[in-house]
Amino acid sequence: MTDQTSNAGAVRPQTSKAEKSGLFGLRGKDASLLILVAILTLCAPFILNPFPEGSAMAQFNAGYPDLMQRFVIFGIFAIGFNILFGLTGYLSFGHAAFLGVGSYAGIWSMKLLTLNVIPSILVSIVVAGLFSLIVGWISLRRSGIYFSILTLAFAMMSFALAYSVLTPITGGETGLQLKYFDPRILDGALAEGTTPRANLFGLEMGTSYELAVGNWLFTFNAGYYIAAICMLAAFYLSIRIFRSPFGMMLRAVKSNQQRLNYTGISPKPYTLAAFVISGMYAGLAGGLLVAMDTQVGAERMFWTASGEVVLMTILGGAGTLIGPVLGAGFIKYMENIVSTINKTTLEGWFAFMPDGLSDVFVTIVYPFVGKGWHLTLGLLFMAVVIFLPGGLVQGGQKLAAMFRRDKSGTGATKAAKE
Amino acid sequence: MEAIILQVLNGLDKGSAYALIALGLTLIFGTLGVVNFAHGALFMLGAFCAVTFSRLIQVSHTVIDETQKDFLGNPLKVDVPYIYDFFGQAAGDVMIDWAVPLSILMAIPVMIGIGVLMERGLIKHFYKRPHADQILVTFGLAIVLQEIIKYFYGANPIPTPAPDALVGSFDFGVMLGFDPGGIVYPYWRLVYFLFAAIVIAAVFAFLQFTTFGMVVRAGMADRETVTLLGIDIDKRFTIMFGLAAAVAGLAGVMYTPINSPNYHMGMDFLVLSFVVVVVGGMGSLPGAVLAGFLLGIIEAFASMPEVLNVLPGINQIIIYLVAIVVLLTRPRGLMGRKGVMED
Repeated sequence: MTDQTSNAGAVRPQTSKAEKSGLFGLRGKDASLLILVAILTLCAPFILNPFPEGSAMAQFNAGYPDLMQRFVIFGIFAIGFNILFGLTGYLSFGHAAFLGVGSYAGIWSMKLLTLNVIPSILVSIVVAGLFSLIVGWISLRRSGIYFSILTLAFAMMSFALAYSVLTPITGGETGLQLKYFDPRILDGALAEGTTPRANLFGLEMGTSYELAVGNWLFTFNAGYYIAAICMLAAFYLSIRIFRSPFGMMLRAVKSNQQRLNYTGISPKPYTLAAFVISGMYAGLAGGLLVAMDTQVGAERMFWTASGEVVLMTILGGAGTLIGPVLGAGFIKYMENIVSTINKTTLEGWFAFMPDGLSDVFVTIVYPFVGKGWHLTLGLLFMAVVIFLPGGLVQGGQKLAAMFRRDKSGTGATKAAKE
Repeated sequence: MEAIILQVLNGLDKGSAYALIALGLTLIFGTLGVVNFAHGALFMLGAFCAVTFSRLIQVSHTVIDETQKDFLGNPLKVDVPYIYDFFGQAAGDVMIDWAVPLSILMAIPVMIGIGVLMERGLIKHFYKRPHADQILVTFGLAIVLQEIIKYFYGANPIPTPAPDALVGSFDFGVMLGFDPGGIVYPYWRLVYFLFAAIVIAAVFAFLQFTTFGMVVRAGMADRETVTLLGIDIDKRFTIMFGLAAAVAGLAGVMYTPINSPNYHMGMDFLVLSFVVVVVGGMGSLPGAVLAGFLLGIIEAFASMPEVLNVLPGINQIIIYLVAIVVLLTRPRGLMGRKGVMED
């Protein structure tokens, strides 16, 4: 399944007009990848809830709306980051700023215009895009570590400003929430004391339909599906960008900028376009976050949040199509599921062992789960950077190649190494 | 005038910390060409060396003191630090009081050890990889180190006081002939500044006046030629990595009384020290020191109430603002060399 995705760097896209007739103009392998992702995303409430309610494994179920929304929203964020980092190689350490700016723009649209999510998301994308245009225009004068530091500086500045001076706009430490008395000029006034909720033409984001099958309980959440559709659109767009001449140009920037200069092409418009596109993706993610929980805080722009999206992209596989989504899902899963494992749970797992042995195992495993999940994440991240520069996608390919052991299998591994 | 001197002094202690961390960072960058995102974690490890040391020397055993009685009339059990047994009570008390400065003695070998281990065990394999990979792996390492410290020491800041003699402030203005109360400055911050100045001077002297330092400087300028001359430059660079780790560690040790150490203090400093290094010029040692003090002082001036009234919140962003302006007008930083990280 992952073969065709990560060969992106090696395979030259041959998009002649005749071949564009596939699904939305995608070639065979990309089209099947898109369909696969679409099926996985739309069936996520089933797939992520494999264990029956009340069983010992039920805490590994990730099929609750809040977490599923985070999977797809951070998936969008990482897909966008990957367009910049994966294609051009410019490592931005300040992308959370765009997410934050998008969130603030989105919530203001909900405060001033209407509770409908569509205008709010559009406003988020546009404002984040404009902001990234300014930041990108300045930061892209430099490359390498200087670019990283510049973006980091801008993000930290935005964070500090949102925390202090811009408190009237950003709510400072408390952040922003929706209130019933906000002047929504397009909506009717809400009754006093009601909690405003984001909606899509009257369909509230929190609306869920629960389906009980035997011991299993599946939740279908309106907000999740809206976010999922956004993610599929974003994913489709990123495939198109990867396969377009524009995407080739971005790869050229990564592989040899000097040669690009010698051929008389200035890389700046291309990198800036990539930067703005990835900023708009971040804005979309920010707008969706607001649509789901209708609140914003400045900590969303802190540099650790920028670091997180870097982790997601690298962990999944930078420069591959599916990698960032996998990475985002993986990290959010760990953050929400692994972090809830406590000592009692562990003792339950190892209860089948003799007393002394189970204590030993609990002691060994305990530092890595629960509050220590960051340790596991850090170790895993280091292992990926050291042994699998292509991320989880490359790991999957290596495994697949090991099982197949034919020429095509080793070829895929080689291509991934390049 | 008093206000200006006060702000310069205020800037010096923070600037010292920036300068020390940035010095280590740029030392690693200049010698090994590695962008070390784990340098903040080394600063944090140094701070926890001080915590560990002050805990170690207070390790006690319980003895029954027949001369004292508790309220039930039984002999009182008292905890006696082992250090009393070794050095006597008076000397022991002094040592416990001076735990933070004394922990320098422990921090230096420990930090050099950690640094050498890190370089041999991990960084060595990343020389040929792109800078982005180096940033990422050291970033991962920083997270791991941070979490290990969090596991053993908890998430809360651990107060580590300065020696009693150095707690409190003194009136610096009077010494210069100003009115009393004009410039009041804490002792420990002055100590920190002096300490930083000594460490920086020592590093520069080491590089400038020893044969070892000369070889290292030659290696920084042209690694290939030095290798061709039959010198094992890698070994020396490893030692320089240990030295840089020790400098960061010492900065952390002495910073504990100013700010109680917690597990993420390194990250907070790291971002700023990277800005400092870039402003100073990648790979330039004097640049790092200059930029460290300069940014520390600028930050102090921006925190003055008079400035804040005109430009609210400027103290939060001034460093980044300066960094952006410097990077755009002087692309190599204040004292950067040509050809460093130009690609």
